[in-house]
Amino acid sequence: MRHSIVLFILLVAAWLLWSGHREPMLLALGALSCLGVTALAARMRVSRYEDPYLFALRTVTYLPWLTWEIVKAAVDVSKLVVARDLSLSPRIIRVPASQSTEIGQVVYANSITLTPGTISLDLRDGHILVHALTREAAEGVLTGDMDRRVTALEDRA
Amino acid sequence: MWIDVLTWMLLATGAVFSIIGAAGILRFPDFYTRTHAAGITDTMGAGPILLGLMLQAGKLAYAADWSVDSVLVIGKLAMVGAFILLTSPTAGHALFKAAFAAGVKIETDDQGVQRFDGEGGDDVPG
Amino acid sequence: MFWIATVGILITMVLALARALKGPTVFDRILAVNMFGTATVLLICVAGFQMGMQTTAGEVIADSRPEFVDMALVYALVNFVGVIAVLKFVRFGSLGHDDRRADQQDQTGHQDPTGQQDPRGPG
Repeated sequence: MRHSIVLFILLVAAWLLWSGHREPMLLALGALSCLGVTALAARMRVSRYEDPYLFALRTVTYLPWLTWEIVKAAVDVSKLVVARDLSLSPRIIRVPASQSTEIGQVVYANSITLTPGTISLDLRDGHILVHALTREAAEGVLTGDMDRRVTALEDRA
Repeated sequence: MWIDVLTWMLLATGAVFSIIGAAGILRFPDFYTRTHAAGITDTMGAGPILLGLMLQAGKLAYAADWSVDSVLVIGKLAMVGAFILLTSPTAGHALFKAAFAAGVKIETDDQGVQRFDGEGGDDVPG
Repeated sequence: MFWIATVGILITMVLALARALKGPTVFDRILAVNMFGTATVLLICVAGFQMGMQTTAGEVIADSRPEFVDMALVYALVNFVGVIAVLKFVRFGSLGHDDRRADQQDQTGHQDPTGQQDPRGPG
């Protein structure tokens, strides 16, 4: 219930900011759609997950580091694309995901996928299957640096 | 003006990287490697272009005395970027899994799945 | 200034279309269409600024077209939902497929990428 209320307030705020209209008709439509989305989220039982809002706030400190990793990885993969002969060595590796919460695991897996050169395939038994484009990309994930940083995000709660 | 110079650089960076990403999905040999190339366009292609546009939107907002509507454009551009960065890995993951399930052949350098349980970095496949 | 981004995005679109036409698998085509959609979102954003620039050349512009960004927002969402919907259709042959129900009926429906069996079962 607390989740639904927070979500509803956030949705109303987003509606008011983005539409910029104040006519009664549009406000009513906005309230209606916000209620609809809140009901859908409740039906999908989004709230069974841990508190996502505080986590999202804490993620802000993680984003600059992630951005820099993405830039480095994108440059690496770009070099592979423009190289005269393709020297790919795709492989599948299995890396531990030490996060204790579902949302932490989701953030970690999505971070891996967002970094060019690695894509997360599956998550089971606390490990993530990662498809890596090259040996270097695989080694980058295996250092566990990203894993530690995401775990640090949830431990500060 | 320095904002314009910065915008130029950002737009050019984004354009170059998105072309590289698109060239990647043409050049790479099989589906799974192509998804990696598509990641470049979604991150280093979209990011710098949207950042450059946000700088220009900031310039316009300054000219409009920071009126609500003009500032909101910056926020909306940021939201476009956030949407792309949130949906791109999800779509990529879904595509990858669907192709697996459909039995598209995957080629790897190593034999099957390598295990890594955290005892040093020696068992990197390769 | 915006032309460089426009040209880059248009070239991206052409290359993505080439892959979409070439295939060979349906997933290559979906991947290419996804990239085309991302490029479209960026193009809409850039076009909003470019068209605002053209109306008053040379000066600081008061009227670029911020409403284009709203369209880009909507298109970004439509693009994502579209890709997921097409994927679901390709995989199951219908959009009304219920994953949980089908898993109970048919345990062999999911091919495991690594050949391992998931001890917890599908879903």
